[in-house]
Parts: sequence; structure tokens; C-alpha cells
Amino acid sequence: MKHILAFLLIFFTTSIGFAQLIEVCETCPISKIKQAIAQASNNDTIVVAKGNYKEYDIIVDKPLTILGKDYPVIDGELKGEIITIKSDNVTIDGLFLINVGMSYTEDFAAIRVKKSKNFVIQNVVLEKLFFGIYLEKSSYGKVFHNKIIGDAVQEYSSGNGIQLWHSNHIGIEQNHVQNVRDGIYLEFSDDCTIKNNFSAENLRYGLHFMFSNDDIYQDNTFENNGAGVAVMFSKNIKMYNNIFKENWGTASYGLLLKEINDAEIIGNTFEENTIGINTEGSNRVVYKNNDFIGNGWAIKVRGACYANQFIENNFLYNSFDIAYNSKVNDNVFNNNYWSNYTGYDLDKDGIGDVPYRPVKLFSYIVNRTPETIILLRSLFIDIIDFSEKVSPVFTPDNLLDNNPLTRRNTW
Amino acid sequence: MLKILKYSFYDLMRSRWSYVYFAFYLLLGILLLFLNNDLSKAVITLMNVIIVLVPLIGAIFGVMYYYNSKEFTELLLAQPLKRSSIFLGQYLGVALSLSVSLIIGLGIPFVFYGLFKSNAIWDFSLLLITGTFLTLIFTALAFNIALSNENKIKGFGYAILLWLFLAIIYDGLFLMTLIMFEDYPLDKLSLVGTMLNPIDLSRTLILLKLDISALLGYTGAIFKQFFGTNFGLIVSFTTLIVWVILPVLRIVFKSKKKDF
Repeated sequence: MKHILAFLLIFFTTSIGFAQLIEVCETCPISKIKQAIAQASNNDTIVVAKGNYKEYDIIVDKPLTILGKDYPVIDGELKGEIITIKSDNVTIDGLFLINVGMSYTEDFAAIRVKKSKNFVIQNVVLEKLFFGIYLEKSSYGKVFHNKIIGDAVQEYSSGNGIQLWHSNHIGIEQNHVQNVRDGIYLEFSDDCTIKNNFSAENLRYGLHFMFSNDDIYQDNTFENNGAGVAVMFSKNIKMYNNIFKENWGTASYGLLLKEINDAEIIGNTFEENTIGINTEGSNRVVYKNNDFIGNGWAIKVRGACYANQFIENNFLYNSFDIAYNSKVNDNVFNNNYWSNYTGYDLDKDGIGDVPYRPVKLFSYIVNRTPETIILLRSLFIDIIDFSEKVSPVFTPDNLLDNNPLTRRNTW
Repeated sequence: MLKILKYSFYDLMRSRWSYVYFAFYLLLGILLLFLNNDLSKAVITLMNVIIVLVPLIGAIFGVMYYYNSKEFTELLLAQPLKRSSIFLGQYLGVALSLSVSLIIGLGIPFVFYGLFKSNAIWDFSLLLITGTFLTLIFTALAFNIALSNENKIKGFGYAILLWLFLAIIYDGLFLMTLIMFEDYPLDKLSLVGTMLNPIDLSRTLILLKLDISALLGYTGAIFKQFFGTNFGLIVSFTTLIVWVILPVLRIVFKSKKKDF
């Protein structure tokens, strides 16, 4: 017993000896973070006390933990990048970074992680930024509980909140991103998890995927962005329980799918978007248990969408439920609830006895000749919609929900 | 003219029909507001009703009033009065009483609901303005029809046909033209097409003011660019005014020549 105690004592003292605590404050002998990093050895912790530090181009090239106490402000004075991480196992926690430099030729970021593994960036607040957190060829990291508040005005002169480039196995959770270009942007990044984030008021997209496969995003809220979420040229993306809200404008939508294969869209809420989901060239996508409430178009299906399934969704009070621009239909609609359904249910089994046709003639015409939208809410349009409903001529005649529910889906 | 206007106006204000018309709008307003609880949505629904119903009532009621008061008109014609003032007075009496029913009938529930504190007040005023214009236009057109047709049945038929044409058939022709020429740029054509029909013009004017205008997408943006400017507003109101003045001039012209 005594031996073990002695061993533990020795072990702890030596390990503390390994991981030293270096304190940085405005009046301390070490008053700059750069200085502290230069003096630190591997696995040390640098504690930054509350204060105002005017520093930029801080390069973290050894495994360190940089811990801010009461959110010390690191002011980049608009001169360039603030922190660049070039080593594995770095943790950044509790800093307030402000005034990142802006450039048309270089993507300056508040925190850039370069070819590193196992990093953690958490509890960081970013303001007045160009790019926020930029992960470059890094993997197995975590971006947790950060707050990014930009002041983007023009798309070409602003950067993204959290950007991933060739970075795999990253967890992005509980971040709050607003007023930047793209809230969260993934390019060539696989196997990432994006969870419980809030992304609002961004100029372009709340979340943006490009050439990224096998990612999952769930329980996020995307509100009032230029155009919601764009998922492009990606495979096997899972989208669960997200809220897409108030992406309202002439070219806005909740979710854009372009060249997406084998995705799952389950349990999401699309509320008051001009277009709930705009899908193009997307195959084998499962749409299940989603709520579409009060959108202009709930789902706009452009060309080349095959073998998609729309099952057990609720379509409530949308101006148009589905827009289709071809006469060919290879997609399945089944067991959805449509608030525009006017059929009856004689045997009271909860399934309407008359199939529902989700595509109105007018939405077909508008797809063909966009200018005709100017006749929206005209009496004539109501009349032709009605006659098309009775005997379909123009809309694909196999595009129907054979088992429309008479009561709202619950799950 | 003012005396005849006053007489027709009071006569109509006492008649059962204006009460029914007034009560209808009052009920509609109350029903919409207290079932819906959303002022701007109520404005959209009201717009649908106004755009269809106001022209129809204006046309039918105008024809009806003319035929009904024909004997009185002939009595008036025997007096030393200017013909134009007799017919203009009658026309204005009908149009104004209908407009008053519309404005007060819809206004009361909305005012009680708290319109003045709401942002929808401009949408609502636009709704009333276009509604009034539509009443003026269609009553004038109805008087024209009645003046040109001695036969009552024919007059009613033409009035309904006129409404049918402007409210429904015109949109059909418009739609067909747009589809036929879809390979060409259609912005100007759709603008002109909308401007020419007072019902379409009113509908577009109101829609563009509402949230729903985002649905109009690219076309809507062009329309907004046009109607959003002072120039566009002036042009569209001028069009509406021309739509009132032309039939009124024809009333004056026709009534001078007509042999009673």
C-alpha cells in the first residue's frame, strides 16, 4: 500500500512537472501569448487572464492547451490571422477573438487549424471576423459551443463562420453562427457530425456541403438565412430533426439538394420558407416524417430525380405542395397528410379513399413559363386547377399519393 | 348635378340592397378577423373576395339601378336640366353608395380589431382604394351597357359577360399568350397585360405589397421594381383613373345623343 502511494505521489509530481501551467496577464512577466507559446514545452497549459491582448499571427506549433479566464480579448487589429494551429492535440478554450484581417487574396481566419489531429476548440467567441474557424486538412477534432457573430454585408468581401476543407471526423456541436457568409461550410469533408447548432441571418447559406460524404447533421436550427441549407454533390448525408425556418425571399429556400444520392431526410421541420426543399438531380433520397408548414412551395422537384420516397410527411397550408417540371415520375408518395386534401374516408381507417394529386396544374405551368406566376390568386387559375384535379391532363398521372392520411401524422 | 347625386345617394342609402351589401362586408370582416387572428392573412383572403365580388356587384347593381329608375330619369329629362348632370349624378350616387358600404363595412371590424396599431394599415388602405376604384370602374361600365341597351335582359347579360371577361376569360387569354410566346422575353408583355385589366392590376398591386410576393420570384422582382417606384405607382393609378374616365366620358357622350 505504502509503495503504491509513494509511486502515485512520484507519478503525479513528475507528470505535473511535465505539464506546466504558464500564466499570461497584462502585468505578468509574460504579457504576450506568443511569448508564452515560445517558452512552453509540450502539453503545457497556458492560462490567459482577463485583459486586452493586441496580437495576431499567433502560431501554436506544439501540443498545448490555451485557456482563457473570463474571456480575455485578443485583438487582431485587422492585420491578419489571429491563431494558427499547426500541431496535434491542441485545445483552445474560452477566448474572445476580435478584428480579423480582411483580404481578397488570402482567407484570414480567427482560428485556423492546419494539418492537425485531435484538436478541441470550445467556448470561443468571435466577432468582427473574416473567416471564423477554418479547419484545413485536419481530422478527429471538435468544435464545441462557440459563438460567431459576423457583420457581413457583401458575399465577395466576407468569409464563412466555420469552414472545413479536406477535414474528416470532425464534431461540430452547439455553436451559434450568425451574420457571416456561410454559417458552416464543408468541402471535401467526410464523416463529420453537426449537431445542435444555431445558424441564422447569414448572407448565403446556414450550412453548406460540397463534395462531402457520409456526414450527419441533426437538431440544428437554420433561420432567416439568405438561402437556408445547401447540400451539393454529396453522398450518404443524414439530415435528422433540423428546423428550417423563415428563409423567405425571391431566391430563398429551406434546403437545396443538388446531385445528392442516398440521403435520408427525417423528422425535419420546414416552416415559412419560399421553397421548403428544392431538389435537382437527387436519387434514392428518403423523405420521412417531415413537417412542411406554410411554405410557398413545400417541395420543388427539378429534373433528374429518381427513386425518391416521400413517406409519412405532413404538408400543412403550403401555397403549392409539390412542383414538378416533367411528365415522368419515378418517385413514390405514400401515407402523407395533405391539408389541401378534400377526399373522404368512408371506412374510417384514417386513409382517404381517393388518391391525392399533389401537383397543381398552375404549379406545372409556372415551372414551364415562370412569368405566368403573375396570375397567382386569379380566379381563372382556381378554375383550371379544379378541372385538372378532376381529370389530369398535364401533370404526370401516376404522381399521386394513393394513401393520403385524413389525420396529421404523429411520430 | 350635385342635387341629383344627393338624391340618388340618399335613395340608395335607404334601400335594402345597400344594407345587405354593407352587412355582407361587415360580417365577412368580422368572420375573417375573429376566425383567423392574423391581420395580414385576413387581407389576402379579403383581396380574393374583393377582386371577384366588387366588380360583379358594381356591374349588376349599376345596370339594375339604371333600369329601375328609368321612369324617374324620364321625368327628370322633362325638366330644364343638363342631361350629363342627370346621368353623372345617378352614376356617382350609385358608385359612391357602393364604395361607402364597402369602406365602412370592412373598416368597422378592422378598426375594432386594432388596425391603427398594426403594420397592415397600408395594405388595408390599398385594398380599400383598389376596391373603390373597381366599384367606380364597373359601375361606369354598367351604365354604359344600360344606356346602349333598351332590353333589360340583354343589359344584364352583357354586364355579366363583361365581368366574366375581365375577371376570368382575360386571365385565360393572358395565360395562353404567355405560354405561346414563352421563348421570348416576357417581362414587358406581362407588365402590359396586367396593366390593361383593372382587376389584374388591382390584384398585382395588392399582392406585391404582401409577404406572399416572394413567391413571385424573378418575375415578381421585375414587377416590384416597376410598381415599387413612384413612377410605377403613378402609372398604375393613372391607368385606373383612365379606366374610370373613359366610360364616364362615354356616359356623357351617349346620354347627350340618346333618344328617350
